[in-house]
Amino acid sequence: MKGIYLSKNGRVVVDAKDIYYRDLNRLLQKIFVERHPKVIELRNVTGQRYIGTRIRGEVEIDIFGTPGSDLGAFMDGPTIKVFGNAQDGCGNTMNSGRIIVYGHAGDILGMSMRGGKIFVKTDIGYRGAIHMKEYKEKIPVIVVGGTSQDFLGEYMAGGVVILLGLNNKSHRATFIGTGMHGGRIFIRGRVEDYQLGKEVGLEEPNEEDRKVLEENITEFCTYFGYEPSEILKGPFIKLYPKYLRPYGRLYAY
Amino acid sequence: MKSFLLPEFLVERDENRCIQCKVCITQCGFETHYFDEELGRVMHKEERCVGCQRCAVFCPTNALIIRPHPWNLRPHANWTKERYYDLTKQAETGGVILVGSGTDKPHRIYWDHIVLNASQVTNPSIDPLREPMELRTYLGSKPDALEIKDGELETELPPQVKLETPILFSALSFGAISYQAQESLARAAKEVGILFNTGEGGLPQSLKEYGKYAIVQCASGRFGVDLDYLENSAMIEIKIGQGAKPGIGGHLPGEKVSEIVSRTRMIPKGTDAISPAPQHDIYSIEDLSTLIYALKEATNYKKPVAVKIAAVHNSAAIATGIVRAGADVVVLDGLRGGTGAAPKIIRDNVGIPIELAIAAVDTRLREEGIRNRASVIAAGGIRCSADVIKAIALGADAVYIGTAALVAMGCTLCQKCYTGICNWGICTQDPKLAKRLNPDITTERLVNLVKAWSNEIKEMLGGMGINSVESLRGNRLQLRGIGLADWELKVLGIKGAGE
Repeated sequence: MKGIYLSKNGRVVVDAKDIYYRDLNRLLQKIFVERHPKVIELRNVTGQRYIGTRIRGEVEIDIFGTPGSDLGAFMDGPTIKVFGNAQDGCGNTMNSGRIIVYGHAGDILGMSMRGGKIFVKTDIGYRGAIHMKEYKEKIPVIVVGGTSQDFLGEYMAGGVVILLGLNNKSHRATFIGTGMHGGRIFIRGRVEDYQLGKEVGLEEPNEEDRKVLEENITEFCTYFGYEPSEILKGPFIKLYPKYLRPYGRLYAY
Repeated sequence: MKSFLLPEFLVERDENRCIQCKVCITQCGFETHYFDEELGRVMHKEERCVGCQRCAVFCPTNALIIRPHPWNLRPHANWTKERYYDLTKQAETGGVILVGSGTDKPHRIYWDHIVLNASQVTNPSIDPLREPMELRTYLGSKPDALEIKDGELETELPPQVKLETPILFSALSFGAISYQAQESLARAAKEVGILFNTGEGGLPQSLKEYGKYAIVQCASGRFGVDLDYLENSAMIEIKIGQGAKPGIGGHLPGEKVSEIVSRTRMIPKGTDAISPAPQHDIYSIEDLSTLIYALKEATNYKKPVAVKIAAVHNSAAIATGIVRAGADVVVLDGLRGGTGAAPKIIRDNVGIPIELAIAAVDTRLREEGIRNRASVIAAGGIRCSADVIKAIALGADAVYIGTAALVAMGCTLCQKCYTGICNWGICTQDPKLAKRLNPDITTERLVNLVKAWSNEIKEMLGGMGINSVESLRGNRLQLRGIGLADWELKVLGIKGAGE
């Protein structure tokens, strides 16, 4: 296979330059199945889509460059590190694993996500965490270092979103949590009432919430080199769904 | 508030026949019938009756007649009983009126204005009893050309799914329908060699063995969608729209989200399962293409991917976009398509009849030279085998049946699916009601229906002198219109009878 070499620690390096996305993903799958590497390093990634989608199991995929849409869509297991920015659809309907973006991510980050965690160092686009879900212990988590655009957590049915507003970033998103009927959104910093969807309530995080924040912010800091205790000082607010059935009252039966 | 509405149905109990056995009381999940201890006899509260006929069918002495309440308002062509009823209900509740099943409005049923041809003298008809008749249908993208070298096929074929007859069970989600109903559809599909469709409710673990016969849906709610679900399927369907409610999503009410529904959909028990109106990763044809290929990537290009849209004004243009986006199958769901719950105003007013949509889409795809790139499935209002054959002659590859399958299972179209109460055990998660459906018997009813229709299709095909359903596809010369205006004939691409 051209452009691949095996280094000492079970690390396989692939030069993705000029490789069509379909061929690249086929190659990744082949490497994963045949060589059982701990890490696959992709260099010169230029917009190839669906990286990590079909790989099921534990492996780290380090991406240098810019991966294309639907990075880790339906993903089940791998850890993806993006040393760059992620485009739209990152973590779409993801099932398990980790995506760590050392930059920013585009729209619909973690749409319909069912499990696993996504960490983004800076900001995310519109409709992040839209229709995220949870079932019993399977709770997806998204931690964003900066802030988000509008419609964060729209129709959210479960899971945890943490928006940190690091580097004094103010939150300008509107329609946050519109139609939300499950899950929690934690925001570090201020949001005004007009920024929130009609279906969300606002309160202080409780003790259990603090644990969730601590665990996930600590993990966030291990990737991006921040000090957890500083970030955990907050102040944090918690958005929660006011109703399990937000639209039940709309209808005449 | 005192309601000004009279009951929708009258319950007439013939006291001479009634033996006070109380079967009607146990059969009615709406609690219409009750035993009055003081009077010592079975009585009823008519306002609770939905007219599903369950009690009448199960009454051992035929003592019950359930019929629409006469409600003798002064007749008015404009202010019909229904307009009056709905308006009053809204004045009393302020709510959007919900309804189940396909529209009951008299939108023109084009099937009933189209007649079929038969061979006479110049081309002999074929007797399906003594000659082979091919109904087998393959769904999937077909290549522009085949390359054959030394008798071997060189061209790599896109994935195809095989149907023994051009009929499929349309999307009915577990959650909307009972476990027993989904099991029956799955088993029947397996037995007759067709496919059923999970809708967007996922496939319960215990029905995994039927994955080979399942079209699994990826809809805006993405319920139960993971790699196992996608891989354990015959085909994947992206649901963009539904004929009964084009342009809007769906809310499975929390009461129907039971333990097993919650596990299958992977959402907490008792919360609404909300399917948003659009898929939020699809705002354009390019985005649709992204999802189509995400699903193909996820399943290693081994499954055909279908895209289902409601039949609307610009279906033809949309369909070419869908085909060019990479879909292997286009599904068109017409105005008369069914639903478990929809706002009545949308069900009755949005969309176009499937007959016109099939013809428009088939014509457009042919004009653009891409008809082979995708199969077309027609859905929404297929009531009998003649509708199937007319749909195929208009240009469909196969049809979905939903309401017809429900009726085969026992549905009486009372339109109350959204209440979560179904006395026939079909559209409910109440274990007491759901267990009324015996999957052994219901499977047999569904199998019988598909077999009967298939035999009728063979008879009609033979009559036309055609021995393979392939030769009928888009063969509009076999059709003639009756009582249709010029524009209708033009859209349908058929001549008038006698022409």
